[in-house]
Amino acid sequence: MTWLTFLIVSGIAVIFAGGLIFSRNAVHGAMCLVASFCAIATLFLLLSAEFIFVVQIAVYAGAIMVLFLFVMMLLNVQGQEGALAGRAPGQLLVALALGAALLGQAVWLVARGGEIISRPARIPAGFGSPEDIGTALFTRNLLPFEITSLVLLAAMAGAVVLARKAGLSPKPNGAPAGGKPE
Amino acid sequence: MIWNATVPFGAWAVLSGLLFTMGAAGFLVRRDPIVMFMCIELMLNAGNLLFVAAARYLGVVDGQVYVFFVMTVAAAEVAVGLAIIVAIFRRKTTIDVDEMSEMRG
Amino acid sequence: MLFDLIASFIKAVLVFAVVMSFVPFLIWLERKLVAWMQQRIGPNRTGPFGLLQPIADAVKLIIKENIFPSGVEKITYFLAPMMSMIPALAAFAVIPFGSPVRIMGRTVNLQVADVNIGILYILALSSLAVYGAVLAGWSSNNKYSLLGGLRTSAQMISYELPIGLSVVSIVLLTGSLSLNEVVRSQASHGIWNIFPQFLGFIILLISYNAELNRAPFDLGEAESEIVAGYHTEYSGFRFAMFYMGEYVNMVTVAALVTVLFLGGWQAPFGPEIPLLWFLIKIFAFILLYMWVRATFPRVRYDQLMALGWKILVPASLANLAMTAVIIVLGGPNAVRILSVGSIVLAVLVGLVLKAAVALRTKSAPGLAPPAGAGS
Repeated sequence: MTWLTFLIVSGIAVIFAGGLIFSRNAVHGAMCLVASFCAIATLFLLLSAEFIFVVQIAVYAGAIMVLFLFVMMLLNVQGQEGALAGRAPGQLLVALALGAALLGQAVWLVARGGEIISRPARIPAGFGSPEDIGTALFTRNLLPFEITSLVLLAAMAGAVVLARKAGLSPKPNGAPAGGKPE
Repeated sequence: MIWNATVPFGAWAVLSGLLFTMGAAGFLVRRDPIVMFMCIELMLNAGNLLFVAAARYLGVVDGQVYVFFVMTVAAAEVAVGLAIIVAIFRRKTTIDVDEMSEMRG
Repeated sequence: MLFDLIASFIKAVLVFAVVMSFVPFLIWLERKLVAWMQQRIGPNRTGPFGLLQPIADAVKLIIKENIFPSGVEKITYFLAPMMSMIPALAAFAVIPFGSPVRIMGRTVNLQVADVNIGILYILALSSLAVYGAVLAGWSSNNKYSLLGGLRTSAQMISYELPIGLSVVSIVLLTGSLSLNEVVRSQASHGIWNIFPQFLGFIILLISYNAELNRAPFDLGEAESEIVAGYHTEYSGFRFAMFYMGEYVNMVTVAALVTVLFLGGWQAPFGPEIPLLWFLIKIFAFILLYMWVRATFPRVRYDQLMALGWKILVPASLANLAMTAVIIVLGGPNAVRILSVGSIVLAVLVGLVLKAAVALRTKSAPGLAPPAGAGS
């Protein structure tokens, strides 16, 4: 993994993330976000996290964003809000100031951070393989894993209750909560 | 040659911070709740990126497991959030956040 | 290093070329076969037995004018056909189509990329295939397209669940996510996965039919209801891409099912000739899908959703639970016990289904399913 690949892929991720913020149309924004997620998935691959790479594509690009697009189509909102025209006065300025502050903080932390910042990667063989993740998931992190299933169940029930109303086309509410991340 | 040098952890941290900031700024600027929602997803992804990078540079796989959890919770959150948006849209036929200033339908 | 790179490149190009050259032949085959089953003649003017008909069609579609209908979202409209075709082709990269061969003293896997997460990779790509339909339906600025896109996307999201759950059972049986390993484990078990996973096979068969948007589950493009669904507004080469994407998808699914359930490249009897048995199995599977298309009338949308959520998902969950329990308790005999258990479970599911249908037709006699129009 070298600077060149890192810069190219992360550049794609950042540019498409910018596309999400500045696009006038929500569907175009969603497409930009999908592209950005795919670039981030590639970054995961560069970080030798193959399993997370596939899960990222399946869950984020394949399930979550499809659900977003599905809802946009279902509501068929023609809302052309005008990308950055905030109604509150100075909303843009405040957002930019807060964003700059946040980014400054992150960069400052990196700049003054200790030994880890410049540490070279050292990973054991088979790092990030399904076996490796499975072992970590079902031994050290078993309790959080079980709690996650409760979260999913609660979300599924909540989504069904919230969206249930006669007279609208059937919508598979539980779709991403029920199956994908298992 | 700088192009072939390995990337230190700091670079990943800066990238993650940049993506997170973009998500946060987008959340503050936009008024369409669906777009705001997508900005939250971007922020979560920035966090995931830092987790995975840290996992790699520390040599501990647990960071990737946390990413797995984050994704699961994100999926649950999206299902509920979009259901709320659909429910609001049915009552108001608009989903501009500035119109959602009252608690009663 | 260089050898591997060149070998990968050659394999990628070959797989692409072979899969793409399947497409016109399959189109011809389907038209001829369906015509034969419906006692028509089918294409017979261009070339011997009409064999050149798909090529003539392709030439016609390619040299047609590229039309952007007024009011379409240009970028999305342009991207959608590609997004329906690329995932199907990319999924072929991890399918092993033969046992490793030795070329110039080196072992070469007959697989573009032997990754240890092959099954997950295919599931991820098949979940990306929805984008083509969604974006085409949304960008076309046509209410029938939008309806078709909505239907197709909801259908594909719903049927991904039983597919994923059935594949997980296979993963349990194999103990690996690598497709190469799946084939090898079937060889070492001495029995193809179709027997210990009979119910899973049936579920996958039905679910992939819905995932491919083929009759009788082609609700997204039901011409008697919504013109042509999400590709109503497409013509020329972009329409051809949707059309080709459908067939490429079918080849990919057939190859995947062959690997998962039918023992991959292994010979059921006789000598093991590379590629031959793999191709035979793929074609048998594709012929089955064509037969299904010619036989069954189109279902209603609520029937489709009910089948997916109320029957296939619970059935695949039951299959998964049974597989897990038997693998843990059965020890070395697990595969044999499963072969019996899965057939029993399949019969049970069938009986429940039959009882449910009987109950419904008794309570609402006027609600007989309408006969759909075949094509």
